[in-house]
Amino acid sequence: MEDVNAPHSMGTTIIGITYDGGVVLGADSRTSTGMYVANRASDKITQLTDNVYLCRSGSAADSQVVSDYVRYFLHQHTIQLGQPATVKVASNLIRLLSYSNKNMLETGLIVGGWDKYEGGKIYSVPLGGTLLEQPFAIGGSGSSYLYGFFDQAWKEGMNKDEAEKLVVKAVSLAIARDGASGGVVRTVIINSEGVTRNFYPGDELPLWHEELEPCSSLLDILSSTGPEPMSI
Amino acid sequence: MGVLVKEAIDVPPKGGFNFDLCRRNEMLLKKGVQAPSFRKTGTTIVGLVFQDGVILGADTRATEGPIVCDKNCEKIHYMAPNIYCCGAGTAADTEAVTDMVSSQLQLHRYATGRESRVVTALTLLKSHLFSYQGYVSAALVLGGVDVTGPHLHTIYPHGSTDTLPFATMGSGSLAAMAIFESKYREGLSREEGIRLVCEAICSGIFNDLGSGSNVDVCVITKGHKDYLRNHMLPNPRTYVSSKGYSFAKGQTEVLSTKIMPLREKVELGRDV
Repeated sequence: MEDVNAPHSMGTTIIGITYDGGVVLGADSRTSTGMYVANRASDKITQLTDNVYLCRSGSAADSQVVSDYVRYFLHQHTIQLGQPATVKVASNLIRLLSYSNKNMLETGLIVGGWDKYEGGKIYSVPLGGTLLEQPFAIGGSGSSYLYGFFDQAWKEGMNKDEAEKLVVKAVSLAIARDGASGGVVRTVIINSEGVTRNFYPGDELPLWHEELEPCSSLLDILSSTGPEPMSI
Repeated sequence: MGVLVKEAIDVPPKGGFNFDLCRRNEMLLKKGVQAPSFRKTGTTIVGLVFQDGVILGADTRATEGPIVCDKNCEKIHYMAPNIYCCGAGTAADTEAVTDMVSSQLQLHRYATGRESRVVTALTLLKSHLFSYQGYVSAALVLGGVDVTGPHLHTIYPHGSTDTLPFATMGSGSLAAMAIFESKYREGLSREEGIRLVCEAICSGIFNDLGSGSNVDVCVITKGHKDYLRNHMLPNPRTYVSSKGYSFAKGQTEVLSTKIMPLREKVELGRDV
């Protein structure tokens, strides 16, 4: 039985890609405490401002605290600046906290958003506190299985639907191979028009090599009076 | 730019938790020195959201290693008139942290003149637990109903939180979660919700060695709460000696008697 005191970590697959007009962020939804899934429907894409979102991986507590601080600083910054914060400023604040507390923190983050100066941008802030601007970024334990996939499948100038399909496909491939990733696929699309959140339940994802069709237990036909199990 | 925690080099830390004794304790453990066992609430605690609010449930066994030190302890702690919190982990830590945040919430109510919100309690608890880096061993299920609606959160010892429609924590959490995953649905009525919570706690009581005794339930709805202490007693004491348990004087042989007054009684005469 897993110790309740084992650190709550997000095994995770997180992805952020730019497309022609904005960015698409994607993540799985599994949070584990040792070998137990503590939350099978967590939301790892958190809002920093109206136009900038953050994908979190690594220690759940560390990433939540960093995102809370940066949301607070960005709110102050927006008031002082008088206009929406840029993605560059948001990711720089993340990087300043991650780098100066690198001994204490264990969290890999991907910042994505849209602003009027640079358009859609993705910044990656991995474990040591580097800041890296990239056309696409992947992170978390499941990302190991996606490096080759993105080398082959990524191309410049995709449209919104192609980009989102690519993200969903990539996260579901990682979920298939990484034990620490699972649950549902959540995506967030950010562009000049605003923000769209989408949700893809685990049983509606495409099936890959040797994966079987989901099938309800035949015991369900025996107990006809029981209530429906909650579907996620 | 404020830093969260000072870097662990030779600079003496100013304020915040001093982790030196934690390093010493680890070194002592390696040398074979037994740490004193502390009172843990082995525990099954659960919470779920139903159509009118939230229902929290808990077992009532407190353990000190393999011994049950309290057969009927209270694990559902008061935070605010509309917010309650179940606690698993070290009993002292859950008591202290919930009492502390409960007082902070009351001061906040006086300052703002409003009913406390669940997210306020959540933020106070998570920032306290994070700053102690998991050494305050308190795993909590926080539930309540405020102006923004019903809320249910889990808080882990390292300071991370989750917001869920149903949640379980403690050593019996796997047993209770099995019940919830198969029978929970949205929009449960009050009776169905209480029944499901009791079932989940009983699953922990009977299948987990760290949980036992009775079931406590707390139902929180808008403007009203029901703290059902010992709502179910599935473990009554079955054997009671017919002879009774009083032992009259004379049953044990007395070998010698010595009476020592604890305080010298000084008698003062009338004229000093």
